Order: sequence, then structure tokens, then C-alpha cells
Amino acid sequence: MDVSQYLQMFIEESKDNLQRLNENLLKLENTPEDIQTLNEIFRVAHTLKGMAGTMGFTRMQKLTHNIENVLSEIRTGKIKVNSNMLDTLFQCLDALENYVEEIINTAGEGTEDYAQLISELERIVNQKKEEVVETSKERIISASPSHIEIIALPEAQETIKNKALAMDMNVFQVNIHLSANCVLKSARAFVIFTDLERMGEIIHCIPSVQDIEDEQFEDSFVIVFVTKESQQRLQEVILGVSEVSNVEIVALHQGVQEKVITSAESQIEENQETHLNSAEANAQQNGKQQVSSKTVRVNIDRLDTLMNLVSELIIVKTQLEGLNVNVQDSSSNYNDSVEYLERVTTSLHDAVMKVRMVPVETVFNRFPRLIRDVSRKLGKDIELVMLGEETELDRTVIDEIGDPLIHLLRNAADHGLETTEARIASGKPKKGTIRLEAYQDGNSVVIEVQDDGKGIDVSKIKNKAIQKGTITKEEAGTMSDQEIVELLFRPSFSTSEEITDLSGRGVGLDVVKSKITTLGGHVEVQTELNKGSIFRIRLPLTLAIIQALMINIGSEKYAIPLNNIQNIEDVRKEDIKLVQKQEVIVVRDEIIPIIRLHRVLGLPEQEDKELMMGVIVKKGERQVGFIIDSLIGQQEIVIKSLGKYLSGIDIIAGATILGNGEVALILDVNSLI
Amino acid sequence: MNYAAQAIRQFIVFKLDEQLYGIDIQNVQIIERMKPIMRVPKAPNCVKGVMNLRGEIIPVISLREEFELLQTETTDKTRIIIVKLEDAMVGIIVDEVKEVIELADVAIEVVQNVQGKMKSNHLLGVGKVQSDNNIVTLLNLQNIIEESFEK
Repeated sequence: MDVSQYLQMFIEESKDNLQRLNENLLKLENTPEDIQTLNEIFRVAHTLKGMAGTMGFTRMQKLTHNIENVLSEIRTGKIKVNSNMLDTLFQCLDALENYVEEIINTAGEGTEDYAQLISELERIVNQKKEEVVETSKERIISASPSHIEIIALPEAQETIKNKALAMDMNVFQVNIHLSANCVLKSARAFVIFTDLERMGEIIHCIPSVQDIEDEQFEDSFVIVFVTKESQQRLQEVILGVSEVSNVEIVALHQGVQEKVITSAESQIEENQETHLNSAEANAQQNGKQQVSSKTVRVNIDRLDTLMNLVSELIIVKTQLEGLNVNVQDSSSNYNDSVEYLERVTTSLHDAVMKVRMVPVETVFNRFPRLIRDVSRKLGKDIELVMLGEETELDRTVIDEIGDPLIHLLRNAADHGLETTEARIASGKPKKGTIRLEAYQDGNSVVIEVQDDGKGIDVSKIKNKAIQKGTITKEEAGTMSDQEIVELLFRPSFSTSEEITDLSGRGVGLDVVKSKITTLGGHVEVQTELNKGSIFRIRLPLTLAIIQALMINIGSEKYAIPLNNIQNIEDVRKEDIKLVQKQEVIVVRDEIIPIIRLHRVLGLPEQEDKELMMGVIVKKGERQVGFIIDSLIGQQEIVIKSLGKYLSGIDIIAGATILGNGEVALILDVNSLI
Repeated sequence: MNYAAQAIRQFIVFKLDEQLYGIDIQNVQIIERMKPIMRVPKAPNCVKGVMNLRGEIIPVISLREEFELLQTETTDKTRIIIVKLEDAMVGIIVDEVKEVIELADVAIEVVQNVQGKMKSNHLLGVGKVQSDNNIVTLLNLQNIIEESFEK
């Protein structure tokens, strides 16, 4: 079978499944007795194994199979969950991730066998070897062929049977035995039923379907089944369902009952296809508490295309609006149409944007595992508190934000938090806390990594920076603490190995910064000695299309993002006062400093008019008034980047194309204030 | 003689004041007539602004600063040559676009300090146009543009 077309799907789903395994193993570590979690883990591992098998990744399948063995022993209570065992399991997940990585890169699983991990898994299983041997013996006995009783069919079913036989169909009586340690017997039965119903019809069943659903049966049940399929095929399908220990099939005939008994032990051969089905069906059974939403995976390029088309549409809409001025005398239908177009484009825009939004949870969910590993490695007791996982960010940002966050979390755990002894000595709780929080703030999303560790020692950084020649002694004298802390983000500063021995964090912080900057965000540090530090990342929501206020300054047009704007005020010449050399105006009892955009934008200065216009913008709590020439109005604009060569100009956030093809620049309010 | 070494390269020849310059045709995307250019505040001196090229925003530069020429008025011969360097597009304002010439590698002479004012890494060399005996200064655009944006 050519499976290459499923490769992408396999990769995506494997990633999801591995993530779920990670999450649930972590959960299991905290609540080792929770059978629900265990079942979930088992189920996911099983799916993974089935998929790897189907795709022909035998090494991956083998490793998962061994994992499954261990899980199954845990489930039957033969072995208890402990940290060392979980370490091994986590290592296995890493190995599986490596396989997936390899598959992504080469479309093959590579040649690594992870023999050591497999033997470790085997060792765990064999801890209770005797018991295992004993039970498997039992199973063999129970699975041996036995005499089978033909059940008597009620009259109605007897008629169906005879009719079916007359139509050259096969009628079988099937005795199905589930393995003794099967936990969800009704679920298994359900899986068998669904599988069989694909091949034919179940006309009778003992005990009744109701009883089977309610798990009111021992390990076996009997069904009478009408099908066109052969007995052989039927047997394969049923044995393909896991935890079926034995199947006996008798072909039923009119009048004389001829006994043909076949039986076999389960799991000799694994029919992958049915396995997948069973896992899925099982998911439906177990999935009552799972929140699942219907999703389609879409290539991000296609979304980008869609997005670009929407942008084009909006430009055209703006053009039409512009035309409107000239054709005012024509029919009012025109206005209606333009308005209608506007509504449609707005909704379309919203919809496309939403498609691209992904909750940060998809990045956050791998961090508990990371912190667990780090905490075990460092021997520190660390609690990771995550908040605001539902905060949404653009998909492209989500993909890039993972690595910087890992850096920050590692830094927090490694350099930020003190050792347990040091924490006790300084009277802090033994357990160090790292708080990871995401929230939306205006038009940006903020992600904070906060630790309650020892904080950053500014004087040490200062000395180190002077010693390394990053700054001179004189410079150091004039720098504020904040500026000195910012030195950590300098590449020259962090490449040094020694810096890690200091209290400071250094490794990779420049990488963090450059990554965040390329995403259009910025990162800042707030620290207090012995209290801890906060690394705060501020990222733009996707802002490909925004509402903006268009303004005239001199002969040029500029756009100010609407969400930065507080209000618009008339400013009289005499209202402008000087306070400590700063021009201010008073608006509703608030003193607001003003910025003359002419000056900032390098345009020739003008005489103050009697009445000027002020746009009051806000950044956090701060308000500033921009003095402008005139307003054009509110408009939806498509943000375009100025490109790599002009990215260094911080006061300009980008450009946009107006309806008439002209270019207007978008002011970056945050860097103007 | 090895013919492979005699690879022919094509250059677009343009005029600034009276001087002819050539840039490798491989870099050139399109040649456009003069279009409205939006000034960008705080941009380097040589950057005249940005223009809209079919929905894309492209910085436009003038080489006059680089060659220490005086600014001139736009005429109907003025063109913007859109070049693509690595991944970014840049427009270059020139007085006139003349022609496309073909030069064999061997016909390009590496001359140090042609005008005395240009840095040698801004030059590929000089080429001679057979037809009218003119000399064309061949530019290394990548270096010129990168340095002009750094200023």
C-alpha cells in the first residue's frame, strides 16, 4: 500500500498523540491510581502503535509495543508507578519524538533501535515474571478449542437466518471471549459490534445488547451474524480487536447443524486497520469527558493566500468608497451595495483571522514535562504555574515562540531559582515557583515568565560587563539598573560560558531577544534581588488588517492604529503650556505632554495656528497628545512591512496602500511616546 | 582557451548625469516609470522613500549621494529599476535606462578606484561597449545597497 499521502497526517497525529502521552504521564505521576488517565495513556499508545505499523515504521512500532506492555502491566496492577519508571517512559516518548523528527526530515524512521530503552522496558515488565507466565498459561488453557453449543434462535431470527441462507449469505454463530483482564468489556464489545456491522448484520446476541452495554456479562458473549464475508475474514476482524482472547465460529445451516470450530489466540497477528478503528471507537467510548472539536488541518500557505485575497478585497472596497464621492448623485443602490460589501469583507476578515489564531496552550502544554525533567536533573523542587493558556496568537507566532520560552523557563529554573537548601536558609518555601502567564493587553499578547528565585544581581553584571569590555567604567556609571540588566540581551555578553556561573542569566538571551524582535515583539526584564525576576514578552496579535485613523501632517498622510487612540481634542494655541521644558496641554484636568509630529517626522516646522488638532494616544497608563494638521477619517488598512532594509526605523510600524494606490506610513505609537 | 570561462553576462546600462553604469540583469526585476514616492522619516539619506509596486511596498533609493552627484529634477526619461537582492526588493532611481549589453567575463576589467570616490567593493569592474566606444561602470549592487542602508 502506498502510504506516502498519509505521511503528513501521520506526522501531525503522532505529534498530537505524543503530546497527549506526555500530559497524561505527568498526570499519572501525580495520581498514580487514576485508572482513567491510565486508560487514556494506553489508548493513545495503542493508536500510535497502530499508526506506526500501518505506515511501516517497524522500529517505532516495536518501541511503542514495549511501552504498551509496561502500561498493560500497570493497568492490571502487577507493577506500581514510580518515578524511575516514568523517567524511562518519558525517555521512550523522547525517542518516539526523535523517530517522528526523523520521519519529518527524511520520510524514514532512521536506523536507531533504542535497544537500551527496550531492554529497560522489558526489565520493568519482567519484574513480576512469574505472575506473567502464570497468567499467560491460564490464557492458553482458556483459549484452547472447546466444544461449542449451538444456541437456539427465537422464531423471528430463525426466519431471518433461513432467508439469508436462501440468498446465499453465510450465517455464523460467533462465541467471543474477552481476556480476563479486559477493563472496559462493554467498550470492547462495542468495538467488535461496530466492526462487524460494517461486514454484515448481527441478528441475535446473548446476553442482550442492553446487558452487554451495561457490562452485564462475564468474559464472553455469543452473537449470530449474517454476512457475505468468509469465516476466515470474520475471524481475522474479531481477533484484530485487542483484548479478545478467543473466538469460536460456527457456520449455521438450515436444518442440520454442521460444526466448524475455529479458534485462535488473540494478538498473534494484528490487523492494523481494525486496530485503528478499535482505538477510535474506544476513544468515543472513553471520550465522554474529553472535549473534542471538529477540526481540519490546513496548510498555512493556503491560509496566507486566503488572507492576501481578503486584503486585496479590502483595498478594492476602500477604492469603491473613494469613488462614492464622485457619484453621489447616482442611485442610492450604489451606497447600499458598498455598505453590504463592507459588512461582508469585515466578517470575512474576522473569520480568516480567527482561523489563524491558535491558543498558546499548544505551546505551553509541553512545558510541564520540561520543568519536570529540569527539576529532576537539578534536584530542585519546582512548581510550574500556568495561566491564560487560552490566550490566542497567530499561528506563525505560535510556531516561533516555543524556543524562546524554553530558554526563559530553563533560565528561570536553572539560574533564577536557588537550590532547595538556599531557599530554606533564606526563609522561602522549599518549593520554587515558576509562573508562566499569557494575557492579552490591547493589541498585543503578553507572556510572562516569573520566578520567585534570587533575582538578578545588577552589580555583578556591571562588573562582568566592564571586565568583558562590553561597556566602559564611565558608561557603567551613567547607566540605570534597568539598562544594565538589558545588557544580558547583548550577544557579546551571553556567548560567554562563565556568565552562567554568575548569578546572571546569559545563555541564549540574545537569541531570545532576536527571535522576539523578528516576530515584531519585544522582551523586557524586571528583577528584584532575592525576590525573583520577570521576563515579559510582548507580541503583536496578528495585525495584518487594522482599523486606523488617517491623518495629514504637512503634505503627507499617516495612519495611527485606532486602538492606540484615546480621543481627539481641539488644541488652542494658548492652551499649550511649558512644564519643565516640556509642552503640555490640560484636558479634563489631566496634564498631557504633547509631541509635535512635524518635528518627529522631520517635516518643516510651521507657525502655530490658532486652533490645532490633537490626537490623544495612550500607552499603558501614559497619555500623550500628537499635534497634527488635519484628520482624514477612520479607515480599515492592510499593514505591509517596509521590508528588511527599512526595518530599523522604529517610529514607523509599516506602510499601507490607500485606495488610490498611494502609500501611507503607519506610526508606531509605542516607540513615539 | 576554455570557453566555459568566457561566460557571457548581461548588464542593464543606465545613466546618471553623463556617466553610464551597468548592473547585472539577473538582479533586475522590472523597470518602472517614475511613481509617487512616500518619504520615510528617519530613513538613511539615500532612501527617497517607499513606493507601491502592485501591492508591495518597496524602498526606493537614489545613487546620487553615493556618487556624490547633485540632485536633479525628474524628467520623462527618469526610471525606477526594481532589483531583487537576496529576498528584498529595492527600487533605484536613474536618469535614463539606455540598453542591455552583453559582456564576456574576460571583457570586464577590474580597475581599482575608477572615480577615486567609489569604494572598490562597490564595483565589479568596467566594461567597454563595442558599438559606441563608451565605458560602463559595472556596479556591485549588493554591497552598495547594504552599505547605503547602514548609514
